[in-house]
Amino acid sequence: MTQSADAAPETGTPLPQFPMRRTCPFSEPGEYAEMRADRPVSRAALKVNGKPTWLVTRHEHVRQVLGDSRASSNLKLPGYPHQFHIPEEMLAQIRLMLLNMDPPQHTAQRRMLIPEFTARRVKEMRPRIQQIVDEHVDAMLAAGGPVDLVTALALPVPSLVICELLGVPYEDHAQFEEWSAAMMNHDLSPAEYGAAVQALDMYLDKLVTLKESEPGDDLISRFLEKNRAERIADHADVVTMARLMLVGGHETTANMIALGVLALLRHPEQLAELRAEPALLPNAVEELLRVFSISDSGTARVAVEDIEVGDVTIRAGEGILALNNAADHDESVFPDPGTLDIHRKEARSHLAFGYGIHQCIGANLARVELEVVYGTLLRRVPGLRLAAEPDELRFKDDAMVYGVYELPVTW
Amino acid sequence: MRVSAERDRCVGSGQCALLSPEVFDQDDEGLVVVLVEEPADGHREEVLQAVDLCPSRTLRVHG
Repeated sequence: MTQSADAAPETGTPLPQFPMRRTCPFSEPGEYAEMRADRPVSRAALKVNGKPTWLVTRHEHVRQVLGDSRASSNLKLPGYPHQFHIPEEMLAQIRLMLLNMDPPQHTAQRRMLIPEFTARRVKEMRPRIQQIVDEHVDAMLAAGGPVDLVTALALPVPSLVICELLGVPYEDHAQFEEWSAAMMNHDLSPAEYGAAVQALDMYLDKLVTLKESEPGDDLISRFLEKNRAERIADHADVVTMARLMLVGGHETTANMIALGVLALLRHPEQLAELRAEPALLPNAVEELLRVFSISDSGTARVAVEDIEVGDVTIRAGEGILALNNAADHDESVFPDPGTLDIHRKEARSHLAFGYGIHQCIGANLARVELEVVYGTLLRRVPGLRLAAEPDELRFKDDAMVYGVYELPVTW
Repeated sequence: MRVSAERDRCVGSGQCALLSPEVFDQDDEGLVVVLVEEPADGHREEVLQAVDLCPSRTLRVHG
């Protein structure tokens, strides 16, 4: 069967809306399993504007789309499946972030950043990450429970780590955390979204200007230095790059810290195994990344040529959401996908960091941060437990990146 | 088993260097370097996993 998103549906039923809600905080949206089985590449209407998009749900197909150079990430192209309302005039002015660039522009900028995130560099950052985590756990223990783990640990740790890497003064963290949380919210008006981006860009604009004249030992300064030779980015491009690194570097990891701790508290037998055998941590991190796949729809594309995916032809100009949360619950790759299993041997095949040329550049840094945080909490706070009723927790169902707003814990 | 890399495709995810550090490394630019072109059988499983997980399909195995 070949169909097109522009063609009239064969049945009179309206298209399902996207995003779809998780049926429970720990599972994928209920529609995904049925879609993977019956219509793995199918159409939906974007909640923000009613426009049609393709949803891709099987692991194999998500990898195929994200590895296909005919699937563009450029959000300025007609047909790109926007999940925020962005007025035309605002869209025209937007500087493309690395994650919205296609080659060769993407290749040039990514290559300037890759050395910052190699396996070796991330390993070198580990002792400092451990120190940051220990300081925050010390403060938690000194204050005594109950505390909100999000504000006590989950948010400040990745925020400090990315600030030190970028050379952003941490004392300004309250401001940029508020702006970046606003930028992740689906329900903001274009004016509110634009204001948050503008405020953060003004802040980073000053910082980049400062580093142009007084370079430090940090990512932004090293980028500016290389750029003097390569000249691939102007000042505004550097500001945009810094914004992506700052927002991408803390919001996602913070959400995974809190969700991962919550999931482990719900599985005390696996938690006890991890405490007894810390060598299991790396695989547990992969499994937690898989079950939550918090950036489900961060992988938006638009076809620039016709692309065959499964039985479907996606036509040039049509939008595609390659859903990594759906892919990471694909039964053909992950048996019993709804069950958390820290021993799962195929856990690492998850697509929570995406796939293809845009796969998260900070993935290995995030992995180390999660390992250190989970490991330190297990070791130093053995009595850790939830200090709220599970049904009182508020989850970020309305955000681009899934998470939990507060996580009250005690010990 | 022979391993090769099309370095032009590499996006520096570092998965290969993490999974099989005796066979793969990253140079100063963060791009893949194949350290051992004919790895011993003992590395076979991890090399195949590295090839499968490489997000930019940079790695090839023959035999």
